[in-house]
Amino acid sequence: MFSNFDFDVIIRSLPYLFYDGMTFTLTLTALATIGGIIFGTLLALMRLSGLAPLSLPAAGYVNLMRSVPLVLMIFWFYFLVPFIGQWITGASRPIQVGAFMSSLVTFTLFEAAYFSEIMRAGIQSVARGQVGAAQALGMTYVQTMSYIVLPQAFRNMMPVLLTQTIILFQDTSLVYVLSITDFLGAASKIAQRDGRLVEMYLFAAVVYFIISFAASLLVRRLQSRIAIIR
Amino acid sequence: MITLSHVSKWYQTFQVLKDCSTEIAKGEVVVVCGPSGSGKSTLIKCVNGLEPFQQGTITVAETSVGDRRTNLPKLRARIGMVFQHFELFPHLSVMRNLVLAQIKVLGRSNEESEQRGMRLLNRVGLREHASKFPGQLSGGQQQRVAIARALAMDPIAMLFDEPTSALDPEMINEVLDVMVALAKDGMTMMVVTHEMGFARKVAHRVVFMDEGRIIEDAPTADFFDKPRSDRAQTFLSKILQH
Repeated sequence: MFSNFDFDVIIRSLPYLFYDGMTFTLTLTALATIGGIIFGTLLALMRLSGLAPLSLPAAGYVNLMRSVPLVLMIFWFYFLVPFIGQWITGASRPIQVGAFMSSLVTFTLFEAAYFSEIMRAGIQSVARGQVGAAQALGMTYVQTMSYIVLPQAFRNMMPVLLTQTIILFQDTSLVYVLSITDFLGAASKIAQRDGRLVEMYLFAAVVYFIISFAASLLVRRLQSRIAIIR
Repeated sequence: MITLSHVSKWYQTFQVLKDCSTEIAKGEVVVVCGPSGSGKSTLIKCVNGLEPFQQGTITVAETSVGDRRTNLPKLRARIGMVFQHFELFPHLSVMRNLVLAQIKVLGRSNEESEQRGMRLLNRVGLREHASKFPGQLSGGQQQRVAIARALAMDPIAMLFDEPTSALDPEMINEVLDVMVALAKDGMTMMVVTHEMGFARKVAHRVVFMDEGRIIEDAPTADFFDKPRSDRAQTFLSKILQH
């Protein structure tokens, strides 16, 4: 049944697919994960601070981000970020940041909302008494969080954080709406150019599957390795 | 050393502490006892500011705990505290538990902190467990590590909040032994406990609480031989029966 198909097109386009496409996808995934976890943790701390001026904006932000489709956010930021840049720097014209910067900002801000919910659960999973013990030793709020609470929260939540990262990895393919050459974008371009839609999309699906599945296996193995001995 | 005067505390409308006053001199060991829910744990947590209180004053070594201007972390670093559920940091090894606050709070060097940590582990008889994690130790061992962790900060006084209540019976003595030795060394101690044997042996005074109030505050011998209040008499007759 595959007699009409030309799978050589995959071999021929491998350098383009991986060197251009996958590099972009992985870079975006890695940077947005790091940025998202940092900003998300900050949001979680704000929400749990018990201070209304901090917790209300954070809660509003998280709820807003989680109620808007990601594609919409990607579009929105693509058109908005240049104006925000203009507003911040006071430049006379919108600052063009490029599709990569724009999508990185979008994914970081969007994923932060999800990471913040994960980290909030993680922080709450650390026993109350741990905070008391740290404070009793003279630690400040920042020290208590950085040495005692957050390390335990990260460990408790590591499997969920990594699972969210795998979802993020798949979601990065949505940047195709900005005509960016991520892995799927690259596959798509070759597919259109050579008229090999089935082959390329099939191959792209297999690659996404292999990477995501391997990563989730890794998560499972890691889980037992990093668990806190109780 | 520690002075509580007219301390009251409310959880919303419920008053947990009612006009509590007492004093602990340097080198004195005071046992706080009473039925559960009498406010003794809350009282001891007020002493290092882990629990806020609304009325009265508490001073520790001339520093007012309730004062907004007081640097609480700095004050707490000088008061050791041991908890009912040990509260060792489960993600850190025993040695890291002992050195973390020395390094981060007191600014000691890694080397100095570890030396002191080792010396204290030796003192509580757990030298060979330095590289283990808390979860690998028994309850009694964990509580001894927790005492060593508090001592590593060179505290001027030690607070114990029911240190043996969460332990299996056969582990209670190993912890009490450490506490008795500490008391004999002249450490200022405030101990919330039901261990009346310990109280008899080392306490200078016993404070008896009920329903948020300090009912009796008497030298140990007086408290056990001729308690003045009916409430304390009933309490003693109940727990000394066996």
